[in-house]
Amino acid sequence: MNELVFFINKALISGAVAGSIYAIGAVGVTLVFSIMRFAHFAHADQMTFGALIVFFLTALFPGAGAALGIPTPLLMLPLAMLATSVLAIGIDKAFYKPLREHGVKPIVIVIASLGVTLMLQGIIRLFAGTSSRSLYIEESKAIFRLDLPGDLASRPLVITEPQILLIVFTILAVFGLHLFLNRTRMGKAMRAMSDNPDLARVSGIDTNKVVMVTWVLAGCLAAAAGTFLSLDVSLSPDLSFFLLLPIFAAAIVGGVGHPYGAIAGGFLVGYAETLSVFNWSVLLRPINHWFPEWMEIPRNLSLVGTEYKIVVPFFILVVVLIWRPTGIFKGKVI
Amino acid sequence: MQAQTQERPIIEVKNVSKAFGGLQVINDCSLDVAKGSITGMIGPNGAGKSTLFNIIAGTLEEDSGQVLMEGRDITHEAPDQLFHQGLLRTFQIAHEFSHMTALENLMMVPPAQEGENLFSTWLKPGRVHAQEEEVRRRALEVIDFVNLGHVKNELAGNLSGGQKKLLELGRTMMTDAKVVLLDEIAAGVNRTLLVDLVSNIERLNQELGYTFLVIEHDMDMIARLCDPVIVLAQGEVMMEGSIEEVRNNQEVVEAYFGKAG
Repeated sequence: MNELVFFINKALISGAVAGSIYAIGAVGVTLVFSIMRFAHFAHADQMTFGALIVFFLTALFPGAGAALGIPTPLLMLPLAMLATSVLAIGIDKAFYKPLREHGVKPIVIVIASLGVTLMLQGIIRLFAGTSSRSLYIEESKAIFRLDLPGDLASRPLVITEPQILLIVFTILAVFGLHLFLNRTRMGKAMRAMSDNPDLARVSGIDTNKVVMVTWVLAGCLAAAAGTFLSLDVSLSPDLSFFLLLPIFAAAIVGGVGHPYGAIAGGFLVGYAETLSVFNWSVLLRPINHWFPEWMEIPRNLSLVGTEYKIVVPFFILVVVLIWRPTGIFKGKVI
Repeated sequence: MQAQTQERPIIEVKNVSKAFGGLQVINDCSLDVAKGSITGMIGPNGAGKSTLFNIIAGTLEEDSGQVLMEGRDITHEAPDQLFHQGLLRTFQIAHEFSHMTALENLMMVPPAQEGENLFSTWLKPGRVHAQEEEVRRRALEVIDFVNLGHVKNELAGNLSGGQKKLLELGRTMMTDAKVVLLDEIAAGVNRTLLVDLVSNIERLNQELGYTFLVIEHDMDMIARLCDPVIVLAQGEVMMEGSIEEVRNNQEVVEAYFGKAG
């Protein structure tokens, strides 16, 4: 049973954590794509930015959370969401909107977003340096060890506080987004604009407002994903670099422009990554005695080495796109 | 030229010019659309009809000139603002929200619903719900009016070309429109549907007082519906008059078929 607990800890929980991060990130990318029809590379840097704001605020008021009984970074997250939304709208006004109004091809805006990526990375390094930091400044990360009843296993199930927060947030965000897109007038306007922007405009939908709301949503999601990831691991300025590719893979695999697809894609990529670096020989050990004498279970039986983890999303991407060229869910519109 | 307009025209186009690169598409063009009329706009291909339409509807920005609606300058207003003032348009190639049903397409339209505000959805769910019900009731009426009741739950993307045109007309009925710009609404519509379409336009004009500005290549439809008819050629108004006057005008015939000899 210990092996199963190990599997749950190292594969199921880790996969859920990676999947949640990728899913939240991919939803942001896909929302921006469905409304403005370009791949926004700077999304991952907005994640870093959000986490950085949380870090600064937490450093300024380290004891604030304790008063309310929640971790200070969680208390600061709404402020960081606000700041990231403002940043996203500002970037749009400064860089993307003039291009859009000029009627340039989408690829030009994609390249502009690459430029914004480099700029944001530079600015973040300028203020935060290159080292990685923990978001827990005066607090410590709560780690929950759940002992299984009886003599089932001597190892406990281990899950940390940020992991629980992340998974809860993901569930709430997915549910909220679903309600928003299907129930509210603004959500419907977003769906309409992603379907047919010209018609949306002549149907009295204020497309500028829709664009703004999209950036706010994308900014909030980015700040949340960045913060939860930094809580779980640590905040480093090149966070976005490691996130960008799996997030885009997740968005494309799910069907670009399709939020539910992005969620599915996020978890697919997250679990694929985790399971492919998982050491499967652990699970074989208990049935060691079934194997003939001459066969020895290798010490490491993972599909790919950890250093090649980044390849996995692309493998998935290729396989899914051969099977379904528009992604798991048919992409293009919300 | 028209005797019936003592009132101020509902749409006034004043000295509008527009060039695409070196091509002068609209050349110092001025015209009026009388309130309550069904004004037709015809002209050979490339005369600038669609461009002028897009300028009036706010989709295109003119290089110079002015567009007034009920005497108010609407030159620089965006299509969604014009929508809320009662200026609506349809598209030459029918547009629809292809991933929503025909009924949902109509329900997208009404302006300034309570649900617009995110907070009211949570704080006043009862009122928003009542309003949605009201919109649904109206959409159901409209969809029967344009004879699409049997396909109301079909995804709009799956409708036929003609049905999409009817849906476009239905869209203009979801709100209290004053002026509706119809861009080749008859193109690709079969004869039976066309009869429906024409009678619907006439009913909207007579019963609800809509003013229509119609671009059309189908001369029978122009003859049946429109008075007056404006002839556009090379980005300028060549003449304006009843369909009889237009048909008997030598200049117009030449513009369409070239000079004889």
